[in-house]
Amino acid sequence: MRKTYNRVDDITGSVIHVQAEGVRYRELAQITSRRGSSLGQVIGLREQNVAIQVFAGSRGIATDAEVRFLGHPMRVPFSHALLGRTFNGSMIPRDKGPELRDNLVDIAGPSVNPVKRIIPRHMVRTGIPMIDVFNSLVESQKLPIFARAGEPYNPLLARLALQAEVDVIILGGMGLKHDDYLFFRDTLDESGALSRSVLFIHTASDPVVECLLIPDLSLAVAEQFALQGKRVLVLLSDMTNFADALKEIAITMEQIPSNRGYPGDLYSQLAARYEKAVDFDTAGSITILAVTTMPGDDVTHPVPDNTGYITEGQLYLRGGRIEPFGSLSRLKQNVNGRTRADHRTIMNTMIQLYASFRETLEKQAMGFRLTPWDRKLLKYGDRFEKEMMDLTVNIPLEGALDLGWTILSDCFDPVETGAPSAIVEQFWPKKA
Amino acid sequence: MNVATGKISSVNGNLIRVNFDGAVGQNEVGYARVDDTPLMSEVVRVHGRQADLQVFEDTAGLAVGNTVTFTGRLLSVQLGPGLLGQIYDGLQNPLPRLAEKCGFFLQRGAYIEALDPRALWAFTPTAHPGDCLTAGDTLGTVPEGLFTHRIMVPFDFPGVATVVSMVPPGSYPAGGTVATLRPERGTERDVTMIQTWPVKIPIKAYAERLRPTETLVTKIRTIDTFFPVARGGTYCIPGPFGAGKTVLQQLTSRHAEVDVVVIAACGERAGEVVETLREFPALTDPRTGRSLMERTVIICNTSSMPVAAREASVYTGATLAEYYRQMGLHVLLLADSTSRWAQALREMSGRLEEIPGEEAFPAYLESVIASFYERGGMVRLKDGSTGSVTIGGTVSPAGGNFDEPVTQATLKVVGAFHGLSRARSDARRYPAIDPLDSWSKYPSIIPGDAVDAARQTLRAGHEIGQMMKVVGEEGVTPEEFVTYLKGEYVDNSYLQQDAFHEVDSATGADRQRHVFGVLHLFLKAPLQFPNHEAARRFFHQLTQMTRDWNRQVLNTPEFKEAQHALETMIEESTPDA
Ligand SMILES: Nc1ncnc2c1ncn2[C@@H]1O[C@H](COP(=O)(O)OP(=O)(O)OP(=O)(O)O)[C@@H](O)[C@H]1O
Ligand SMILES: [Mg+2]
Repeated sequence: MRKTYNRVDDITGSVIHVQAEGVRYRELAQITSRRGSSLGQVIGLREQNVAIQVFAGSRGIATDAEVRFLGHPMRVPFSHALLGRTFNGSMIPRDKGPELRDNLVDIAGPSVNPVKRIIPRHMVRTGIPMIDVFNSLVESQKLPIFARAGEPYNPLLARLALQAEVDVIILGGMGLKHDDYLFFRDTLDESGALSRSVLFIHTASDPVVECLLIPDLSLAVAEQFALQGKRVLVLLSDMTNFADALKEIAITMEQIPSNRGYPGDLYSQLAARYEKAVDFDTAGSITILAVTTMPGDDVTHPVPDNTGYITEGQLYLRGGRIEPFGSLSRLKQNVNGRTRADHRTIMNTMIQLYASFRETLEKQAMGFRLTPWDRKLLKYGDRFEKEMMDLTVNIPLEGALDLGWTILSDCFDPVETGAPSAIVEQFWPKKA
Repeated sequence: MNVATGKISSVNGNLIRVNFDGAVGQNEVGYARVDDTPLMSEVVRVHGRQADLQVFEDTAGLAVGNTVTFTGRLLSVQLGPGLLGQIYDGLQNPLPRLAEKCGFFLQRGAYIEALDPRALWAFTPTAHPGDCLTAGDTLGTVPEGLFTHRIMVPFDFPGVATVVSMVPPGSYPAGGTVATLRPERGTERDVTMIQTWPVKIPIKAYAERLRPTETLVTKIRTIDTFFPVARGGTYCIPGPFGAGKTVLQQLTSRHAEVDVVVIAACGERAGEVVETLREFPALTDPRTGRSLMERTVIICNTSSMPVAAREASVYTGATLAEYYRQMGLHVLLLADSTSRWAQALREMSGRLEEIPGEEAFPAYLESVIASFYERGGMVRLKDGSTGSVTIGGTVSPAGGNFDEPVTQATLKVVGAFHGLSRARSDARRYPAIDPLDSWSKYPSIIPGDAVDAARQTLRAGHEIGQMMKVVGEEGVTPEEFVTYLKGEYVDNSYLQQDAFHEVDSATGADRQRHVFGVLHLFLKAPLQFPNHEAARRFFHQLTQMTRDWNRQVLNTPEFKEAQHALETMIEESTPDA
């Protein structure tokens, strides 16, 4: 039996301090006070002084709370019994199912040896032209959706989850609105995908720091499934809430902030999670799609900024559409050279012309005379937005490429597109 | 040696405080024990009987009272034959062998020797008993892939070394004695093919440093023509996320005309390293016909690997680069990204509760960055041959704003600046090197006046483009409009280069001179058009033809045909032709 302590010296934010011996860095503690019981994690040792971050927050904790150290770090019970289940950030069931205790594995385990990774080469088809044609999603990619609060990012995430062909779906919800949680659950249920999903849900009404473990729990489970050869898709929404929880702890611990109150290790903290995305040599894969809401719609805000430096591209969701500018899949070149010979040409040409269209819009707004070229661009841009960018469009890649040529040939002469002559010859629609 | 031991008194992230007995030195290596696993650490501060150490591993499980054993050694790497083609972590553990031992995951506390002391190498002595040598002089050689690898008098050998004995030519294990040397004072020393060197101290066993004046051809047109890099020079690539820093470095690591490339992947994505380590073995180096991997060393400390080892990884890279330079080779060190290493310094500085400077970076950031880039340089070795270390570092500024401490400190010390712009990468104008902001102090492969003229066109074109945003196209004269289109043309058909096209991705120096010659004549041509629309059509056509030309293999019939068509078109539009 491990020793218990009954004297809390100090309570600030969600961090408490006790005097204790033989405590290990990062081990778990059970804190029981009159208001209930919560897990906590050791986040600092100074002589006998132990700092513990309490996941349920320190509200209601008194100086006589009972602190019991568990002697191990946070673990998750891994088995197929997880499928179809929902848990909170401390691994307590949110559904009516039983608690699971067997086959415990550590969360936040070590990184994969880079030589055991392979170059990802499988395209994930989504039926969304802005993704399939312009920013192909690749198995094992880590890709966030950057959006302002209020954009339909959760429906997009759910749609991607259902359309992608994967074996297991893991949803990590952080600060999720209760409605959004139910939306996810019902959507997965209606499509029959719930039985191959695991949900770790922290809602907006739960204590803030309890969301800190959500990504680690989700990814540890994902890793176990992937090691069994499964293709796993992890959905994380919203990572900005996770970053804000980190900020809260850092401020409590009086760390010197680097940028707008966020701790200097924000990059490393986010990277430790996103880098769990992997295509294993001789096993399965983990693909991560995350939501990062941008406070003030500002990408230079530390959370989206650090995220962009970590992930393999990003999708900007703005006005209910995936923006062609800024959106980027960095792995697209691994797959789009082997889809159809005209894929890259359509991708480059249409985007460059769309950029020119935007310039023309500016000219128009300034009241300048429009040249014949401008008018061509206006016609093009309008069709591009309606037929390619609109999120209700749902067509396979090949259909989207054909549509691309149709739009181009309806609007331009071949030379005006700047597309390589050889490709133009092969694919430019022959007018009857 | 009398080594110190101690006990942990506090743990804060990857910083531990240790009460010790005995003598402990700054930057000395110690091992903190967790259960039976030793975790490698480095002393970063000593006060009284207490030392602060940064642990190069995850510190979970450490407890107050755990033992720490010091080693009396500074953080060092092994130098010897067999480094080329290797994939190391930041502390020089060979990752493929770690994978054999530990499987899919990196295991903390698992350390493997960087070089196999039993590997056999064919040694040919070049020194003779009785020779008087100094540090860095050659004792003999072994063939390592493409190169004649010099086995040298250890760089830390004090004063004059008299050769006592040399082994005869033959095959020897790397860890076996090949020579015995007598110092001026003290006892004789046996020398093997492997020596160790502390990573944070530059190797200085050369005659003199030279000015970097020779262009290092990267085969990227914007760089070689407009913002060149020199052998032995230093350059940086700052840019917002996704602007193309890593792609530029990957291209350079493949195509740059150097002997050896050291890639230090520092705190970035593992996937990017995987591309290199999976693809290089299958790619041939056109200069040698051998696999690219044979000239490459990868140091890999990716973003989810222990943060403290990021700093070690760039120094490890620099030390390996300097080692091959000592053999009269030209080495390119690519570090991606130096900001991650600066952030690691910041994390540690914060834990040490040092007084923070701007954006919480430590006050000594500038001097640390400066002394890192100082490790680049062209040197004349003691035998008269020259070798060089060229350093290219990417910088990842917060918010893409160059007005931040790491970018600013770097710009003060490098010889070339390739600034990537968000506007260019959004418009898919790759490489996104900003042609107006970037600069270089090194010589171009193309004569200066021709480059200046093109630069002038770019600048003038840009200004007219800006003006048209205010006054509209109708507000500029036909001449101005043509200048604008010429600027766009230089950008579209020369600056922009398709990184994923097998021909266009690498343009050799000769081809750049050739193409630029045509372009230069054309920029001088006084073109006239009846109206803006006609001018635009002409340039659309010209751009497409030039891009097609860029995709043809040099000097093939198709290449010549494309060039001829282009020249004809230009001639026809020049009024007095
Ligand atoms: N020269 C190029 N040609 C074509 N595409 C490019 C080029 N450079 C970059 N890209 C595109 O941009 C993507 C991002 O480039 P890269 O990974 O080099 O960015 P980065 O500046 O290193 O970003 P980060 O700071 O986040 O690491 C690439 O995956 C590729 O799709
Ligand atoms: Mg990069």
